[in-house]
Amino acid sequence: MKIAVCIKRAADMETRFKIAANGMSVDETGVKFDIADFDGFAVEAALQLKEREGAGDVTVISMGPDTVQETLRKALSMGADKAVQLKTDAVPADALAIARVLADELEGGGYDLMLFGRMAIDAANQSVGPMTAELLGVPCVSAASQLTIANGRGTARRELEGAADVLEFPLPAVVTIDEGIARPRLPSLKGIMAAKKKPLEVKPAQVGESRVKVTKMELPPERTGGRIVGEGPAAVPELVRLLQTEAKVL
Amino acid sequence: MANTFAFVESRGGDLRRVGLESVTAARHLADATGGGDVHALVVGAPGIASKTEMIAAHGADVVEVVEHPGLALYSPEVVAATAADRIGAGSYRAAFFSASAQGRDLAPRVAAKLGVALGADVTAFEASGDAIIVRHPVNTGKVIATLSITGTPVLLSLRPGAVTAARAPRTARVEAIAPAMDPASARVVPKELLAGNTAKLDLGEAPVIVSGGRGLRAPENFKLVEDLASAFGNAAVGATRAVTDDGWRPHTDQIGQTGRLVSPDLYVACGISGAIQHLAGMRTSKTIVAINKDREAPIFKIADYGVVGDVLEVLPVLTDAVRKAKHSH
Repeated sequence: MKIAVCIKRAADMETRFKIAANGMSVDETGVKFDIADFDGFAVEAALQLKEREGAGDVTVISMGPDTVQETLRKALSMGADKAVQLKTDAVPADALAIARVLADELEGGGYDLMLFGRMAIDAANQSVGPMTAELLGVPCVSAASQLTIANGRGTARRELEGAADVLEFPLPAVVTIDEGIARPRLPSLKGIMAAKKKPLEVKPAQVGESRVKVTKMELPPERTGGRIVGEGPAAVPELVRLLQTEAKVL
Repeated sequence: MANTFAFVESRGGDLRRVGLESVTAARHLADATGGGDVHALVVGAPGIASKTEMIAAHGADVVEVVEHPGLALYSPEVVAATAADRIGAGSYRAAFFSASAQGRDLAPRVAAKLGVALGADVTAFEASGDAIIVRHPVNTGKVIATLSITGTPVLLSLRPGAVTAARAPRTARVEAIAPAMDPASARVVPKELLAGNTAKLDLGEAPVIVSGGRGLRAPENFKLVEDLASAFGNAAVGATRAVTDDGWRPHTDQIGQTGRLVSPDLYVACGISGAIQHLAGMRTSKTIVAINKDREAPIFKIADYGVVGDVLEVLPVLTDAVRKAKHSH
C-alpha cells in the first residue's frame, strides 16, 4: 500500500508564547518545534499499516521553508521511506490555499491512502484534510479514532459529542487522524542514522491567493487564580459557601 | 443588506443546540448588515420537517428541508453536496456551520466545493467592509488570532457556546428540497451511530465538569468523581490524558491539548496536578476548583478556589455538601 502523510512543523505547545513586535505573529525566538501532535499520530498510523501488511511505502510531505526539513527527517527517522518539502516562505492562513498546494502534489501520486492529522495543533482549523480530498475528488473520513484497511476498503470510527459513528469507504481515500489510534514512536538511533540517507525532495510550492489574513495575534487575559480556601475536608463548608455566594455556580 | 445562511445540525432526528446557535449567529449578522433574510438548511430522515418551527423561532426567514430515508445518519458526501448546492444557489454574505464534530467535517468540504474561504472554530465575528473579521483561538487557546476573511460567501464554523441560541420568531417559508445526490451512491457510507450513554451530559454542553487525574490513585476511585457529578445533577465527568492513556477512562473523556477543549461555568479538578497539556483544555472555564494534596501543584495557580488535601478524603465530604446545597433550593 502506498501511503502519503501530510505533516506540519508546529511549535511545542508547552511554550509560554509571546507575541512578536508586529502584533501579528508569535515570537519564535527560543521556541522548540516538532511534528504537530495529530500529524505525529498520522505518521504512526501509516507506519503501523505498512508493518501490518509487511509491504508498502510511506511518503511524508510538508509545506514550508527549509526548517520543515528537520520535521520531515524526524518522520523519516520514525520509519517513513521518503519525504517531500513543498517549499514556500510561509504557510498561508487560508486552509484552502494550503489544500490546493497539497492536492497538486498528491494528484497522480498513486497513493492508496492520504493521511493527515485531525488538525494542525497551532492553527487549529481542522480543514486542510477534507478540503484536499474534495479537490482530489476522493472519499474522506475526518478525525478517525480507529482505522482498519482490508481488501481496498477502509472502516473508520469518529468520535462525536457523546456518541461515535462508524463509516466505510473505498480506497484511494483521505483520512484525518484523531488521538486514540496510536502514540507516535520515538525514533531509534538506527532510525536516525538511516533517515540521513533517505530521499528528501525539495519542490517549489505554487501558493495561490490567500483570502484569510491574520490581522492580529494576542494573548488571552491571564487567569488570576491561586486562592487556597483551606486544607482537607475541613475546607469544604467554606468552599461550598464561596461557590454559592461568590461564584454563584451552586 | 445581506442574506445569510445557517446549516442546522441534527442527530437522530433531533436538532442539536449548536444547530440553533448557527441560526442565531446568521440572524445577528443579517441584522447587523441591514436586515437581510436568514436561510436555514436542515437535513435528515423523514420527520425532520417537524423541526422547522423551532428553526423559524430562532430567526430563520426561509427553512430549506431535505428529508430522505437514506439520511437518518450523517452522510458526509450527501450533506456536503446538498449544502454546497443550496449555498451556491443563493447570494449570501456568510454561511454558518457549527465547529462541532459534524460541522468540522462538513464545512471544509463545502468550502472546497464552492472554492471559498472558511473561518474555522470562530468565537466572534463581524462584518467590516468587504471582509468578515473573526476571532479564532490558536496554539491550544494560548493565543487568540484575529482574521480578516474576504470573498462571498465566507463560510464560518462557530465554536459551540460562542453564541447563545436565542428566540427571534419569524414566519418562515418552508421549502422541501431534494438531496443533491442519491444517498445510495455515496462512497463514504455511514454504517452505524454508536450512541453513548444518552443520559450522560456531553463535556461540550455540561455547565459543570468534574474531572479526575492520577491523584485518584486507582480507576475504581473514579466513583467518587461520578458521585460528585451526580450531586451537581448538571455535570459531566472528564479526565486527564494520564488517566485515559492508562485506560482508566475512555479517550473521549480526555480534556486537554489533544482531547476536548471545554469552558464550563464550573470545573472541579480532582487529583489533577495541572500539566500544561491539561490546562490547555480547561483554562477558559469560568470558575475553577482544584483539590490536590500537593500545595505546589500548577493547577492551584489558575484555580479560583483551591483545597489542599487528599482527594479521596475531600470528595465524599464535598459530595455530601453539594447534595445538601442542591436540596435546600
